[in-house]
Amino acid sequence: MSLLQIKNLSVEFGNAANPFRAVEGLDLTVNQGEIVGIVGESGSGKSVTMMAMMGLLEGQGRIVADQLEFDGKNLLTISARERRKIVGKDIAMIFQDPMTSLNPSYTVGYQIMEVLKVHQGLRGAELKARALELMELVEIPAPKSRLEAYPHQLSGGMSQRVMIAVALACNPKLLIADEPTTALDVTIQAQIMDLLVNLQKERNMALLMITHDLAVIAEVAHRVAVMYAGQVAEEGVVPQLFRRPVHPYTQALLSSIPEHSKGAHRLSTLPGIVPGQYDRPKGCLLSPRCPHVQPRCRDERPAITPHQHGAVRCFYPLFDKEAS
Amino acid sequence: MSHTVMQARDLTRHYEVSQGFLKPKAMVKALNGVSFELKAGKTLAVVGESGCGKSTLARQLTLIEAPTAGSLVLEGVDIAKASKAELKALRSKVQMVFQNPYASLNPRQKIGDQLGEPLLINTNLSAKEREEKVRAMMKRVGLRPEHYYRYPHMFSGGQRQRIAIARAMMLQPQIVVADEPTSALDVSIQAQVLNLFMDLQDEFNTAYVFISHNLAVVEHVADDLMVMYLGRAVEVGTKEVIYDKPLHPYTQALLSATPSIHEEDRRVKIKIQGELPSPLNPPTGCAFHKRCPYASAQCSQDVPQLRTLLGREVACHHAETINA
Repeated sequence: MSLLQIKNLSVEFGNAANPFRAVEGLDLTVNQGEIVGIVGESGSGKSVTMMAMMGLLEGQGRIVADQLEFDGKNLLTISARERRKIVGKDIAMIFQDPMTSLNPSYTVGYQIMEVLKVHQGLRGAELKARALELMELVEIPAPKSRLEAYPHQLSGGMSQRVMIAVALACNPKLLIADEPTTALDVTIQAQIMDLLVNLQKERNMALLMITHDLAVIAEVAHRVAVMYAGQVAEEGVVPQLFRRPVHPYTQALLSSIPEHSKGAHRLSTLPGIVPGQYDRPKGCLLSPRCPHVQPRCRDERPAITPHQHGAVRCFYPLFDKEAS
Repeated sequence: MSHTVMQARDLTRHYEVSQGFLKPKAMVKALNGVSFELKAGKTLAVVGESGCGKSTLARQLTLIEAPTAGSLVLEGVDIAKASKAELKALRSKVQMVFQNPYASLNPRQKIGDQLGEPLLINTNLSAKEREEKVRAMMKRVGLRPEHYYRYPHMFSGGQRQRIAIARAMMLQPQIVVADEPTSALDVSIQAQVLNLFMDLQDEFNTAYVFISHNLAVVEHVADDLMVMYLGRAVEVGTKEVIYDKPLHPYTQALLSATPSIHEEDRRVKIKIQGELPSPLNPPTGCAFHKRCPYASAQCSQDVPQLRTLLGREVACHHAETINA
């Protein structure tokens, strides 16, 4: 059974007269022990999807879904009290900027222990021992003295390790990492990714990675969903999706990476920008920018349809191209 | 043969920092003897992690600050000996593009006025001539004529970076120093902006100093490469030579830590431990020795100097043995 199951999720902001759909018709499943990646450019709805799932949008966005289930519990109808028992315990999250997600007024040790107190009811020596264990788990040097440190005394990489320690404190079943390495240098990024993947394997936890960096996903994920303007454009297994993208957007995104144009003087580009709130086209959301656009694309929105290695939201997926 | 437009010899910049009342001032050696030569129409990429002195270097090259020691020769004029008038003339020949285009544009000034400002200050053109030039440059970088009367907040990130590039190009400088110009942009937009950089270089024969931490981007744009670590260059050479076979352990680690989409492009991962040491209290000897897998006793005592080896310059005591 899958751990997380999302079917037809939509998130709307704004008033009824002037709604803005940040996420539209999103399907996603995550199984135990699996690393799933969500990639997309800014404004594609990656983070909003996660916030909707975690219940962090209350009062701001309207969340509609056919199914939004975690570990057999319906997250749509769950009470706030019940949700608090899941979020932070069974579902944990780490964010892009570790410096702003840690509280500057409390020591690192206090912030790790807080989670253990609330969710596991640990006290006293037991609590301290567990916090120290977590610091060792995320490979922080001199963990004992670092428990007393304040966030400003730690580097970005160290803070992100602390965030991971906090997230892992209650042995979550699902860890959501929202751009966990974007703010870090490459050598530190490699260290943190190593740590995340090792911990994921060790604990057979599900890991949902949200990022704009295709290469990071390509190295670690088992499956990946590519989002564009609030929809999943293409979903599939790694490495097939990166070898033979069938959605024109995935293909364009991949070929705009410098790595793909080695030796070429110019990079191939997708003209234009992601449509915003007011300039969403009537048809396929990519139609104004798509190099393979047909008349039908401008009038109708394609549905996501499964194929051999995944699913794609396009009337004319590029299956033929892969043969050539 | 293209001529040399900029030559730096042992460029050094130290900052005094206060440690607190009654405590002696400490010295941050942000830049510690960097030398290079930049030819017209070529791109020198400066690579390194945060804190390695990339941005300090940019501040010296753009004459924002005077170096503590060392010489900088711009278009045959030594800036240490140049008069005020000469410096003013030189400043118009070196322009800069920053990482965050929203912060580098004046939010209360129309785009047309911002682009015209360099001309207003540095030339005697009439208002009409200035407007003509601005409009021509706007067209050149892919902005529409109606954008002339708009304010920065009305543009997307990619468009703002185009505006910043247009402003840097207004005076047709010999040198453009670009400090992480695409780090804040999405991949598809990054490709557009990089293409614009390349096109403008072809057209105006501008020399670029391209500062970046993204090695995939650097591989695409650079002719020459300088890898920096804690204020010093550790490896300098042509892009082809260094990417083909990096000799310095730090360059190797940096390249291997960069994730790639396809398995065949991935290098053997070299894990380096720890993080960049504090420039306030740098390690003795080679600055990298505490993280280097090959470090010996000599590395903790002697500072390695750049020396020529296999067609590039490298600062490592053991470059031969570790690459044998």
